[in-house]
Amino acid sequence: MKLLTHNMLTSHVKGVTNGYPLLIKATEVKVNEVEFNPQFVSRMIPKLEWSALIHAAEGLGYRQDLPSTPVSNYENNDDFLHKVHRVLLEVEVIEGTLQCPESGREFPITRGVPNMLLNEDES
Amino acid sequence: MKLKELESCLQQVDGFEEPKILLEQYPTGPHIAGCMLYTIHNTFNDIENKLVADLGCGCGVLSIGAAVLDAGLCVGFDIDSDALDIFKRNVEEFELPNIDMVQCDICSIGSLYAKKFDTVIMNPPFGTKHNQGIDMQFLKTALSMSKGAVYSLHKTSTRDHIQKKASDWKVKMEVIAELRYDLPASYKFHKKKSVDIQVDFIRFSPT
Repeated sequence: MKLLTHNMLTSHVKGVTNGYPLLIKATEVKVNEVEFNPQFVSRMIPKLEWSALIHAAEGLGYRQDLPSTPVSNYENNDDFLHKVHRVLLEVEVIEGTLQCPESGREFPITRGVPNMLLNEDES
Repeated sequence: MKLKELESCLQQVDGFEEPKILLEQYPTGPHIAGCMLYTIHNTFNDIENKLVADLGCGCGVLSIGAAVLDAGLCVGFDIDSDALDIFKRNVEEFELPNIDMVQCDICSIGSLYAKKFDTVIMNPPFGTKHNQGIDMQFLKTALSMSKGAVYSLHKTSTRDHIQKKASDWKVKMEVIAELRYDLPASYKFHKKKSVDIQVDFIRFSPT
């Protein structure tokens, strides 16, 4: 699971009103090289929940020195875009869990795939 | 990339080992997948550099094609872990870094991913096996997830119904092609070697 995907995931356990962001508890993290695509990264930045991304990156030890709000004029800031590219697309959680901030329900991540399926009594 | 190249590339994607009837795990053949993706890419420019979702991705043939055509990231969603295992293996063999996957039930995610994706592609279950209406549930979810267009396959016989739904939901519907879906006999209840069904390749877009 990449952090761009994590940035979109929400817990939808029955009764939960704020299931975002999911807390990552990783036991295995990998960094896979992905070709740098500045246009794509620039386009994603305004759509992201930035604080959730920074929090996730921090927890995994890959925040680098990313600021708590995106820098201005990031389209022309290659260094900044490279760092964002790294946390969005290259850092991957292979094993661990995602925890719903409200209910505490844990969703397992196995071989890189988060399992968001709910039991019958939860949906 | 030429259509022929894309098709022969998609020929190497492994399909279901033991397809599950209830999930309607019919494979999307390389020819149909190739045609869909080639058109989405060349005619509408809705893949390259885009954040793409593939609903009911199964073994991932559409996702892999989207990744080959340089999607920024393609995220495959499926309920079945066996299918996702095969998808995972396919991704490893193709060495594609711009793919991710999530195991979830498309019918229960509602509007959780509202407008997060640039494009949604899918070959949904047609809703013929005890799960009538599931195709429309997929479509509704897809429309909520996409900021732009949704590309999908539907049985031609249901076109009027879909057209009606599309107007109810205030989306534009355009039949891009009529395709013959050559369904190899995947299951024991199929008596013939293969059956052709008529399907529409449809583009839905915001009005």
